[in-house]
Amino acid sequence: MTAATWDRAGVARWLQEYGVYVAVAGLLLFNIAFTTNFLSVGNFRTQLVQAAPVCVVALGMALVIGTEGVDLSVGAVMALSAAVIPLYLGYGALPSIALALVAGLIAGMFNGVLVAYLGIQPIVATLALLVGGRGLALVLANGQLVQLHDPAFLFLGTGDVLGVPVGVFAAALFSVAVALLVGRTTFGRHLVAIGGNRAASVLAGVPVRRVLIGVYAICGVLAAVAGVLSTARLGASDPADVGLLMELSAITAVVVGGTPLTGGRVRVLGTVMGALLMQLVRATLIKHNLPDSTAQMAQAAIIVGAVYLARERSSR
Amino acid sequence: MVLEVVDATKEFVGVKALDGVSFSVRPGEVHALVGENGAGKSTLIKVLTGVHRPDSGQVLHRGEPVEFHRPLDAQRAGISTIYQEVNLVPLMSVAANLFLGREPRTRFGLVDRARMHAEAAEVLVGYGIHDDVRRPLGTLAVGAQQMVALARAVSADAHVVIMDEPTSSLEPREVETLFSVIERLHERGIAIVYVSHRMDELYRICDRVTVLRDGRHVHTGPLADLPRIELVSLMLGRSVGDIREHGATAFSEEHHAGAEPLLRAEDLTSGRRLAGVSVSIRPGEVVGLAGLLGSGRTETARAIIGALPLDSGTVLLGGKALRGNVGAAVRAGVSLLAEDRKAEGIIPNLSVRENIVLAALPRLSRFGVVSRARQDRVVETFIRRLRIKVSGPEQKVAELSGGNQQKVLLARWLCTQPKVLLLDEPTRGIDVGAKAEVQALIDELARDGLAVLLISSELEELLDGADRLVVLKDGAVVSELVGDRLTRDHVLSAIAAGES
Repeated sequence: MTAATWDRAGVARWLQEYGVYVAVAGLLLFNIAFTTNFLSVGNFRTQLVQAAPVCVVALGMALVIGTEGVDLSVGAVMALSAAVIPLYLGYGALPSIALALVAGLIAGMFNGVLVAYLGIQPIVATLALLVGGRGLALVLANGQLVQLHDPAFLFLGTGDVLGVPVGVFAAALFSVAVALLVGRTTFGRHLVAIGGNRAASVLAGVPVRRVLIGVYAICGVLAAVAGVLSTARLGASDPADVGLLMELSAITAVVVGGTPLTGGRVRVLGTVMGALLMQLVRATLIKHNLPDSTAQMAQAAIIVGAVYLARERSSR
Repeated sequence: MVLEVVDATKEFVGVKALDGVSFSVRPGEVHALVGENGAGKSTLIKVLTGVHRPDSGQVLHRGEPVEFHRPLDAQRAGISTIYQEVNLVPLMSVAANLFLGREPRTRFGLVDRARMHAEAAEVLVGYGIHDDVRRPLGTLAVGAQQMVALARAVSADAHVVIMDEPTSSLEPREVETLFSVIERLHERGIAIVYVSHRMDELYRICDRVTVLRDGRHVHTGPLADLPRIELVSLMLGRSVGDIREHGATAFSEEHHAGAEPLLRAEDLTSGRRLAGVSVSIRPGEVVGLAGLLGSGRTETARAIIGALPLDSGTVLLGGKALRGNVGAAVRAGVSLLAEDRKAEGIIPNLSVRENIVLAALPRLSRFGVVSRARQDRVVETFIRRLRIKVSGPEQKVAELSGGNQQKVLLARWLCTQPKVLLLDEPTRGIDVGAKAEVQALIDELARDGLAVLLISSELEELLDGADRLVVLKDGAVVSELVGDRLTRDHVLSAIAAGES
């Protein structure tokens, strides 16, 4: 970058592009220097495990936001998937997980149809499921928390794969998969084109509606995955509480990661880093004995900053 | 002169939207402002109303130089504008819209609703609106909404009212009401700038006319002295300052068309926009669509590719019907280069490469996974073949000039290996060099056997480029010209003729 581009807009652009990496690196350095017991394997495992569900949901959210949409129903879909698990856990861990994911798929396709075929604004279309989804989940679960005892299922919450917690492993796997989906497939390129200029995509023969339904379906499935992971870690299905406010955390991770809300661009690694950043902020403040409410305010400040940078960029 | 612009120039990134235009309005006159798309009408209006400030030149208001920094400045000076789209608040009541920003107050500073409603009802009767003024504006018909906008503009102590295509969404009865309102304004000494492309309306209500073309002033004078055919000629004629002899365009003389039509569109009908248009194109043939703005040229192209819902009509490609779905049409080999490059063409935040391959992605991929190597080969070929000036295929398309963006879009369609190309104003807003290159390319494509539909507001481009011309008016074909009859005079008289 040359000296001439170091004007305000240039700085803003650079920060939107790389700010999340700088912030994560900065926080890591700060904690290594000032936080006791930060630099331990156990602590890193904890941080990653806690960030994993947000990360998985945020990946789906990034796809939806890339099409100039938003999915407010992800938390409710997590609850739905959590509610489905104890109903079918008797048949084994795999069938119950599969059905939980199917629930997420159906929920996502429902959103997609509302957006793509009925032309309802995404924020309104997914609001319906935000409200109704958790209600349905509570009905399925009779409004109760159910303790789970299936060891194969609980392994998802406590076990390791190649020395990595299952949830973290899954999040990493999905990150790579979504990155490939966006970068290397016709579906991914179509998705980005739709977000960039929908009218032009229509004229280019892009199957806009099909792609939109696919995007919301993927987002629903990923939310269901997060619901399964959270349930396994808790050792209980708790549809009243699982995934509460998850939509906000996921949107935050996406936006902080540099994906513009105006669509046309999906930053997968940035989204993963965004999820990590928000987790690190909370952990840092908690470890320094500041209450959770302070962490929330810090998160709010970061969101405002990220959105401000994005605004600078678009008004250029 | 009540309002005047002297020698105004306004440039947008490389394109001169206004080039030394002068324009003046006398008190109490109805002044028609005409010109094709891109002529500079909207820019001129925006300069008059404070939306844009001219790069050079002056705005004079009652003889005094003024600078309108914001639209509000112009409004305060008594210049009101009514745009094509109603820009009022649909959820607020009719009366509230009428008085928005200057509501009558009670002694306590609250809005005096009773008075507002009474006054609103009284004012609006004069505009043919008898509905309850407490109804939300959005529940009125579009024409009635437009009347409210007009009433609002005029009651704000305006002495100049600018109307931008006010009749485009009106029913005939509402047009009559509008004209009687204009008549009243006329009597009150209010000057009106009337932008429209409907000949009949212009000749009925306007006193003088100003013609713009390519951002320049072409003509101003009394309308009654100007035969219709002259006016059309002024609007469509060859570019001012670009006067060269025949062959000014880069088209060659003729193409050898096949015998059987490749594409046959029959009886395309869509609402009030298309009233039974039939067009057929043979392979290797360039068919031109001529007509004024709003005659249905763009709509015909959109209907063929399936982007405009049809009430009736069929499109046959090689004898097989297209299903009215753009995706299927593109796969079958029909492509549309849209008129509005920004809104419906480029995807600004993507690279040149991604913009080029967008429509051909399915062909450049296997099992849904795109092959970067194949993309690069195609993109490189077209960048070279169309001589697209880029720093590299990964440059963002938004950074290119208009001409190069247009070439990127042409490349997008060509790499789908189309059989039929629908080109809607392919050379608008691009520089002279790129224009010649695009024209030569169209020629070459036709020689290679493509069927081309060419839409252009430039008569010269159509006459030189097309083998056959279909002339549209009010959404219907009024004439078809070929061979000896493919001349300027024939086209102009077909367009100017009163009846379709």
